[in-house]
Amino acid sequence: MKPLESWGRYPRVEQRTQPLTWRSDTLPEVSGPVLPHGLGRSYGDSCLNGGGTLLLTAGLDRFIAFDPSTGVVRCEAGVTLDMILRLAAPRGWFLPVTPGTKFVTVGGAIANDVHGKNHHCAGTFGRYVRRFELVRSDGSRRVCAPDENPDWYGATIGGLGLTGLITWAEVQLKPISNPYVLQETVPLANLDEFLVVARESEADYQFTMAWVDCLARGKKVGRGLLYRGNFAPPQFDGLPLAKSHLSHGIGLAVPMDMPSFCLNRLTVSAFNWLYFHRQNGRPKQRLTHYDPFFYPLDAIYGWNRIYGSRGFLQFQCVVPYSTARDALKDILERSSRGGLPSFLSVLKTFGDIPSPGWLSFPRKGVTLAMDFANRGEKTYRLVEELDRVTREAGGAVYPAKDARMSPESFAAYFPRRVEFAGYMDPAFSSSFWRRMNPVALPFSLESERAAGAPHPPSVLALR
Amino acid sequence: MKKVLVLGATSAIAQATVRLLAARGASLYLVGRNAANLDAVTKDAATRGAAKVESKAVDLNDFATHEALVEGAFQALGGLDGVVLAHGVLGDQAESQATWTATEAVLRTNFMSAVSLLTPLANRFEAQKAGTLVVISSVAGDRGRQSNYVYGASKGALNVFLQGLRNRLAKSNVAVVTVKPGFVDTPMTAHLPKNKLFASPEKVARGLLRAADSRKNEVYVPGIWALIMLIIKSIPESVFKKLKL
Ligand SMILES: Cc1cc2nc3c(=O)[nH]c(=O)nc-3n(C[C@H](O)[C@H](O)[C@H](O)COP(=O)(O)OP(=O)(O)OC[C@H]3O[C@@H](n4cnc5c(N)ncnc54)[C@H](O)[C@@H]3O)c2cc1C
Repeated sequence: MKPLESWGRYPRVEQRTQPLTWRSDTLPEVSGPVLPHGLGRSYGDSCLNGGGTLLLTAGLDRFIAFDPSTGVVRCEAGVTLDMILRLAAPRGWFLPVTPGTKFVTVGGAIANDVHGKNHHCAGTFGRYVRRFELVRSDGSRRVCAPDENPDWYGATIGGLGLTGLITWAEVQLKPISNPYVLQETVPLANLDEFLVVARESEADYQFTMAWVDCLARGKKVGRGLLYRGNFAPPQFDGLPLAKSHLSHGIGLAVPMDMPSFCLNRLTVSAFNWLYFHRQNGRPKQRLTHYDPFFYPLDAIYGWNRIYGSRGFLQFQCVVPYSTARDALKDILERSSRGGLPSFLSVLKTFGDIPSPGWLSFPRKGVTLAMDFANRGEKTYRLVEELDRVTREAGGAVYPAKDARMSPESFAAYFPRRVEFAGYMDPAFSSSFWRRMNPVALPFSLESERAAGAPHPPSVLALR
Repeated sequence: MKKVLVLGATSAIAQATVRLLAARGASLYLVGRNAANLDAVTKDAATRGAAKVESKAVDLNDFATHEALVEGAFQALGGLDGVVLAHGVLGDQAESQATWTATEAVLRTNFMSAVSLLTPLANRFEAQKAGTLVVISSVAGDRGRQSNYVYGASKGALNVFLQGLRNRLAKSNVAVVTVKPGFVDTPMTAHLPKNKLFASPEKVARGLLRAADSRKNEVYVPGIWALIMLIIKSIPESVFKKLKL
């Protein structure tokens, strides 16, 4: 039994796997809890099931229908966003919302209700999910839609895979007249400038996000580059649509775990790169294919391995505008002061378009995502502090990126969790869910502990 | 291959082949046993760009239906110029050793049903003096081994049948392509521990279509199996029978 990892490769847990092949099959009978698993692009333990079984959905990768006149695609839950783009982009349709990697499944995108660079004008992925089928361990099958089983619809979007298995879904795509994006890069001196420029950009740009230099301190905290863009006008420069499916990735692969000393050099060179690009201090415009614009990291296959075999932790929070300036400054300073600078940090704004999902993470405010190489206790303590700062600022932490938030925080961030718990499938559970609900202990935590997972950082937890 | 009949279309290798054919805009007639699964493959092919997709759910072990099935495929697509025969079972060697019934089931599905289908297909292709018959066999048919010689025998018999058919149809411009995959990572082998020799169904499908396009006779996919089987075949029987293979 080879441990299946999440993208952050932390925590490590032992679990069994069971591949699924056909959407009409009944759920496999196994002892212990099960959890659907897409492509494991979640970072922490929300896509893991220590001591239990993961239902691998990659084999559910068939299309059911695509209507190029309406842009509605129906497909099995293991179809990836990449497959949808290959099918739809050459015919003038694009994903309404996409995360920073296209190697996620439709089921995974629904279960985490993922967001993209356009949350301020588009909301989350879940808003474009017209219907899906939910299969439960009691053998029942439900089609869920805003007007059909709406409670199951709301519980399952952002439902972390715990309400049952999504077998297929129908998604509304959005029309594009060109696969190219007109992109502008604006240098930012600090966090205050980000807050002004990002909000200004929301009016004219569909897509915005900023890369932040995590080593900057004092007045320069939040220094970085803001990227904003829109799909280019029709047939820009006469470039034909058919080119859209060409991959522009350079196709590098990280062949093995990199020793941790590489990280510092990489970090340094990344910052040098940042400085180089901001030197003239003026915005720069360019035309770029959607692939490098939306998925710059996908070009380096397996980049998560640069953090070495101990993996890394991501931390993503959102804080309301009222507390954003102070809280983000605090978070950024704590991470640089702790001598554990984040290699990749991203800031962006969320609008107030509501999601149908009860446990959806995005809410109005500013979101910050950071990666930390796993240096053991030191890193865990830092991430736990950042969780606390977020909670005190009235924000929330993203379960898809989390390995350390406390159960108390989870309860504060997701007030509808009680209602949600009533819709969970009794046979489904995850390492994340057990960590967040340590007193309920529906399944044994012992096997997870034995496999080296961390103790839940909570007074409520059984140690 | 523009108008293709796929037998055993829900098998992993066939599904991967169907996707490649659909992306080329081929017309397809898909045959499989499980109606719901066949429907899933059919809709997938239609969505991925097949010019036309028809399907029929039948149990290919029912030989009496074969003539009508072939006729139906020609009718539905307005002729055929390609066939991919992909249905088969792995069987269980221990069970086959214990009972003839289990052995017979493997021989019927892998060998006899294939012959029963290829007979009318070969006759029609011979008459129209065009077409490509692609049959998925296995490296297991190259030499009998104690661990799976019943399955191996069914594929070995199939290989000899295809050799003869190829010999007969050569003058009629009909290609007979024997595809010999090694280990493939599919639901059929889900219970086996995986090693580096396991290839993905997509890789096998690409090799299969390449062989069909260039009208090859016999191909190993991936190619490394040609070397492996060359070695296995050249071990003298006096030594081979003492090996635990
Ligand atoms: C480089 C990178 C960039 C990213 N950028 C963003 C971003 O910008 N915005 C964002 O929101 N996220 C982002 N993410 C996170 C990623 O989008 C989510 O974690 C996504 O949900 C992963 O999908 P997956 O298919 O890999 O699912 P997994 O990670 O395997 O599983 C995710 C959840 O979905 C559940 N699930 C999977 N399939 C099913 C199913 N069929 N039925 C029911 N439940 C199911 C699982 O149980 C689990 O709870 C990024 C990740 C990476 C690696």
